[in-house]
Amino acid sequence: MTSVASGVARKKVKLSAILMKISMLFIIGVAVYWLGLNLFKDPIQFASVTVNGLTNGMLYALIALGYTLVYGIIELINFAHGDLFMLGSVFSFAILTEALGATEPSTKNYVLLLLVLLLTMLFCAILNVTIERLAYRRLRNAPRLAPLITAVGMSFVLQWVGLKWVGSVPVNVPTVLPSTSFGFGGVEFSFKAVAIFAVTIPLLIVLTFIVNKTRRGRAMRATAQDKDASRLMGIDVNKTISFTFAIAGAAAGAAGIMYAQTIGTVAYNLGFQLGLIAFTSAVLGGVGNLYGAVIGGIIIGLIQSYNDGLPIGPGQRWSQTMVFAILILLMVYRPGGLLGETAQEKV
Amino acid sequence: MARLNTPVMLKINDITVGYGAITAVKGLTLEVREGEIVSLIGSNGAGKSTTLRTVSGLLKPKTGSIEFLGERIDGVAGHDVVAKGICHSPEGRRIFPKMTVDENLDLGAFLRKDAAAVKESRERVLELFPRLRERINQKAGTMSGGEQQMLAVGRALMGDPKLLVLDEPSMGLAPVLVDLIFETIETIRKSGVTILLVEQNALAALRIADYAYVLESGHLKLEGDGSKLADDPAIAQAYLGG
Repeated sequence: MTSVASGVARKKVKLSAILMKISMLFIIGVAVYWLGLNLFKDPIQFASVTVNGLTNGMLYALIALGYTLVYGIIELINFAHGDLFMLGSVFSFAILTEALGATEPSTKNYVLLLLVLLLTMLFCAILNVTIERLAYRRLRNAPRLAPLITAVGMSFVLQWVGLKWVGSVPVNVPTVLPSTSFGFGGVEFSFKAVAIFAVTIPLLIVLTFIVNKTRRGRAMRATAQDKDASRLMGIDVNKTISFTFAIAGAAAGAAGIMYAQTIGTVAYNLGFQLGLIAFTSAVLGGVGNLYGAVIGGIIIGLIQSYNDGLPIGPGQRWSQTMVFAILILLMVYRPGGLLGETAQEKV
Repeated sequence: MARLNTPVMLKINDITVGYGAITAVKGLTLEVREGEIVSLIGSNGAGKSTTLRTVSGLLKPKTGSIEFLGERIDGVAGHDVVAKGICHSPEGRRIFPKMTVDENLDLGAFLRKDAAAVKESRERVLELFPRLRERINQKAGTMSGGEQQMLAVGRALMGDPKLLVLDEPSMGLAPVLVDLIFETIETIRKSGVTILLVEQNALAALRIADYAYVLESGHLKLEGDGSKLADDPAIAQAYLGG
């Protein structure tokens, strides 16, 4: 009796697993077909859309890194992180554009841009550490919902600061980066895209190096896994969490100034939109996984860009729909995200 | 075995420890002398692990004091207690499952600066537990319970402890491994490390102990030389299963 029942159940599981595989292959097939169609129709367009997608994706990756680092260490979805990015862009605008008057391309202004990049990273790092100190630390042993709601509240606080700082209308930023581009085999590379690569790629490498290879990074990974055991190793858990928030903040700051300088606007509600996309990137890649955040960011950048820019495609109106439809599909097939661990039930 | 006539290393003086409204340890006094193995036994919920967690600075006593080598350490943060020479292998092993054996051992030496001395400790740990050398690049979470326990003890030894605190090192292990763990504890003591041991396996814990304390619902019930307590019929009945 029981053996028959279990036999039936097993068969059902098998069938649905096969269906899952077939449907997944079908979806991948459609996507490849669509991309291939576009590639053959207009390879040059395809290449420039790809470059554009990678550029956006790199910025998403920098912000997504902050979500994933913080989630990894204290299991908090830091809803204020997008707004931290926004304040980074506003800060860079206030310093570079308004205070230093760097509004056009010149060698001097490039140097200033680099300096303000560092300054903005520092600003966001300090701000993020302060937020953790004031708002999240005392709630560390509280039920999960408490810090989550606090993070939402902190997001509003930061938005309000942004609103008071730049006002309610988006402000145009005269950028230091030239809007010229150069051709390479027919594909146009804008200098702005190159600048984004030049800033984000080394930063991503440095950040992953810090987390994976340094003593501090080892303390971070240990703290993420087991706080009490880390204390017993002599790791100062509070300091390690502060350090994590500092790194996350610095990445958001870098994304903020690069956004302001390449897109050319700042607005108080920028954080919500980009934060949502970056958070989605982190989930797509597997929240808590550093490389996952980077890959997730790049994939979402590419999806948006392909969707908006390819000759045969749904077009810009469907941009968000496509991103989230793909997120939902991915969650169906890989609930833990691309590089996330599949949740294993302990027996 | 009888109590050693050496200076007192750890002195717990009348501590009371609790979690919120619950008091887990009430007015406990005990001491560990240099070079000793001291066992703390008692049934579940007697306050053994709480006592160890208080020694390591993970918990703060509400009253009373703890002195280590003549210095007050109650209220000192956990990571600073490690620096003073107390290394704790916690209940349930608490190894870092997503890291390799190698990384886990490295974390055990987190506060030590002298690379050569760390390397020496590492060699000693791998000699003590050759199994860990075979698994050195394996993710710790994928190892068997016994191997994880060896790693937990090895990791604590990497901190070059003066006092090694072991919480339930034999829990959940096959009998052969239990014997191995107890033999290893004696080997570690011979190398000059003082040991404070908490065990469910009371008989084995009493046999290797110079001195032992018996806890019952947070109170000190009995204390005495390990071997004497092991032969005490009252103890046998209450804690050793008849």
